[in-house]
Amino acid sequence: MDVRVSGVRKEFDRFPALHDVSLDINSGELIALLGPSGSGKTTLLRLIAGLETPTDGKVFFGDEDASLKSVQERNVGFVFQHYALFRHMTVIDNVGFGLKVRPSNTRPSTDEIRRRSSELLDFVQLSGLEKRYPAQLSGGQRQRVALARAMAIEPRILLLDEPFGALDAKVRKELRRWLREIHDKTKHTTVFVTHDQDEALELADRVVVMSQGRIEQIGTPDEVYDKPNSPFVYSFIGESSTLGVRVENGELWLADRPIGLKSELPNGDASLYFRPHDVEIVDGSQACIAGTVVASRRVGATRRVELDLRGSADRVEIGITADHPATEMSGIAFRPKHWRVFPKN
Amino acid sequence: MISNFAKAGWRFKRPSVIPGFGLTLGFTLAYLALIVLIPLAGLVWRSASLGFTGFWNVAVDPRTVNALKISFGTSFVAALVNVFFGVIVAWVLVRYRFPGRRIVDAIVDLPFALPTAVAGIALTSLYARNGWIGHLLEPLGIKVAFTPIGITIALIFVGLPFVVRTVQPVMEEIRKEVEEAAATLGANRFQTITQVLLPGLQPAILTGFALAFARAVGEYGSVIFIAGNLPYVSEIAPLLIVIRLEEFDYAGATAIATIMLLISFFMLFVINLIQAWSRRRYGYGT
Amino acid sequence: MALDQPRTKDPTAIARHATTERRTARYLLTGTALVFLGLFLLLPLVSVFVEAFRKGPAAYFAAFPEPDALAAIRLTLLVAAIAVPLNVIFGVVAAWAIAKFEFKGKAFLTTLIDLPFSVSPVISGLVYVLLFSSHSLLGPWFKSHGIEVLFAVPGIVLATVFVTFPFVARELIPLMQEQGTTDEEAALSLGANGWQTFWHVTLPNIKWGLLYGVLLCNARAMGEFGAVSVVSGHIRGLTNTMPLHVEILYNEYNFVAAFAVASLLALLALVTLVLKSLLELRYGTELRAAGGH
Repeated sequence: MDVRVSGVRKEFDRFPALHDVSLDINSGELIALLGPSGSGKTTLLRLIAGLETPTDGKVFFGDEDASLKSVQERNVGFVFQHYALFRHMTVIDNVGFGLKVRPSNTRPSTDEIRRRSSELLDFVQLSGLEKRYPAQLSGGQRQRVALARAMAIEPRILLLDEPFGALDAKVRKELRRWLREIHDKTKHTTVFVTHDQDEALELADRVVVMSQGRIEQIGTPDEVYDKPNSPFVYSFIGESSTLGVRVENGELWLADRPIGLKSELPNGDASLYFRPHDVEIVDGSQACIAGTVVASRRVGATRRVELDLRGSADRVEIGITADHPATEMSGIAFRPKHWRVFPKN
Repeated sequence: MISNFAKAGWRFKRPSVIPGFGLTLGFTLAYLALIVLIPLAGLVWRSASLGFTGFWNVAVDPRTVNALKISFGTSFVAALVNVFFGVIVAWVLVRYRFPGRRIVDAIVDLPFALPTAVAGIALTSLYARNGWIGHLLEPLGIKVAFTPIGITIALIFVGLPFVVRTVQPVMEEIRKEVEEAAATLGANRFQTITQVLLPGLQPAILTGFALAFARAVGEYGSVIFIAGNLPYVSEIAPLLIVIRLEEFDYAGATAIATIMLLISFFMLFVINLIQAWSRRRYGYGT
Repeated sequence: MALDQPRTKDPTAIARHATTERRTARYLLTGTALVFLGLFLLLPLVSVFVEAFRKGPAAYFAAFPEPDALAAIRLTLLVAAIAVPLNVIFGVVAAWAIAKFEFKGKAFLTTLIDLPFSVSPVISGLVYVLLFSSHSLLGPWFKSHGIEVLFAVPGIVLATVFVTFPFVARELIPLMQEQGTTDEEAALSLGANGWQTFWHVTLPNIKWGLLYGVLLCNARAMGEFGAVSVVSGHIRGLTNTMPLHVEILYNEYNFVAAFAVASLLALLALVTLVLKSLLELRYGTELRAAGGH
């Protein structure tokens, strides 16, 4: 099912949570809504589900305007961060609930509900726990039940709100891989919310990066990581180093020297963004960024050094090979291999 | 009050640097024994000295049996009514915002604070034939005062806060997400309430029922004025105890009291069972 | 009730149907609750004052200078003044023992402390009658030493202490359990002795919970009827508390006087409710651990 969010705005008591957000979700896609808390990602998810009503704008399921439908009529599978399982029902009754509450003309028989529920429990690898109550399950198991329950209604779209947020790191990693497998098997159109960039990059077909109620960038994990299109995305995803520079006639200058990078920005102050590990070390005679090492630490296979730059108050971090001879107080010069420059505002 | 008395620590206690264990526990046990345990034990001892036949004769006396029936019957009905309305009151107080909500919330505790005798005479004046409510019911042929209906009304008064105050905190803890989950699965509001929310409140509702019932069975002050106290018709068990005492029939009073006490302890036991069951299965108590 | 599937096309209402009822259902439920509370709780309270003033303020105020009424008021205050402090001391001590230490049988002890709540007031009185009557073991002994317990003030005090026994303790135990022992351990490590620790650290932490318990304990102590009725012997001017005096006046068809004295007790209840609500409003989070009633 294609889902289209079109020009949606949402205010809570006049406080804007989303500004004019549009998003196309293709059928069968696994999409991550990634952003810090307060970025509006959960609000967007709840708007798609029908748990919130947009102040402006529409949500389409296929060609159909879903904005006028209640949450019950939308047929979405929603998985909550804290599971929201019905604690007085056994696992199998939780999974079968969505079928049991259907109007009698579309409700499967009790046996059929039971059969489909056990099938789903089998699918999420929980067979044998049918008669347990949610309180008797681990966090990871509860989230599997929640997913099985959401899938039982054959939803048009699966929506997951920080599905791994309440789990510890190890279980989270396991479930992440498992969710990807489930998705590859079922091909449900799936949207999940996360604030964890590793989760988003590892799991999603496309990542929607959000900040302050706006979509900053939509793209594949490679695109948002390699070609961030805004200072926010640069600093939110992966590591980045920032440096205040000046544009003069198409060239970037740091203090009194050009650094060998070109830009089409108009003359004026600007910010240079690059990945610390994505630099080449050059000798100081050519156009480059030069500085003095003030701190050095070992990170995995590489070494990170912090540089005090000549002609700038900023300190930047770059990655060098572990066997590089640079020590504290020695000079070093480099040029970013991939970088972007944004006008300073 | 606090000393280093128990520094050596007793075996049955986990070691602690906090002083005063021996003194405070000793005082607690002594006071508990003097005020509560010894007097209650006296009742049981006195009852045991009646012998089985003596006890049995009182227990099967028709007047006793009727009084117990009336007490338990009216208490049961009152507790049922309180469960129905108490859950609605709790729901309205937890979920809806309306002017004066805090005052309404405070009024729920009135039966805890208002002396029972005051409630008793007030209810009687309301439901008597010329009372505000009584004169409305009179033409309909409904007699409340001096009948078991009157007893039930007094017991509804004393029992209501037990239900509301037991259910209310559990209701407050219901996560909004549980209701949203039910909605996304297609349940309409009625299904969400009857199949998700109310069953989840079941342990709290049962506990509230048991508390209201237990209180109602022992209630005296608010009932005796409105009951009319006709033997075999509207005479409650606690009143019969008082009547036996006034006749200096200590054996009779003791036997009835023992029966009631046993039933009270049974209720207490049932309440604890509900709590334990709820904690084990649903992971929460009430 | 109109709680079925929402079919409304009012876009702002769509999402709300997930977590609340339709307007009609809300009004219906609120109306039911308010009517029920009004009929069963508020109306009796109002009627106390209406009945008390039925024959005008003069008749109302004439009820109080009666020597028997004054004696009843004095006795009620006296009984509360003895019973409440006793149970406050017990409550604080018991809460200290139960909340600050781990020992076997703790849960059972807590249940025992709650026991008087599950005993009918009449039985609470009866146990003392059996203990101190002239046929009992203790009765004749006390009598020979010139102490009247039954049908006298000591019996009334004992019965009142029994029925109000758990109030302070059950308020403080959960509260102090919630607060744990770290504050006390810190104070002790800083060199405070046990008494200083209690006075300067524990007591300030529990003062609102303690006040809450005292409030409820006092209301019950002044209003207790059943237990006191059994042990008092109803001797006018001597062993009549206010609730007992209300009963006597009522049974003598002296309704205005009965309701006048009752109105004082109703006022006490109202003051208790107001103070209780204020405490909950102001210190709600601190008291929440205690919960209960």
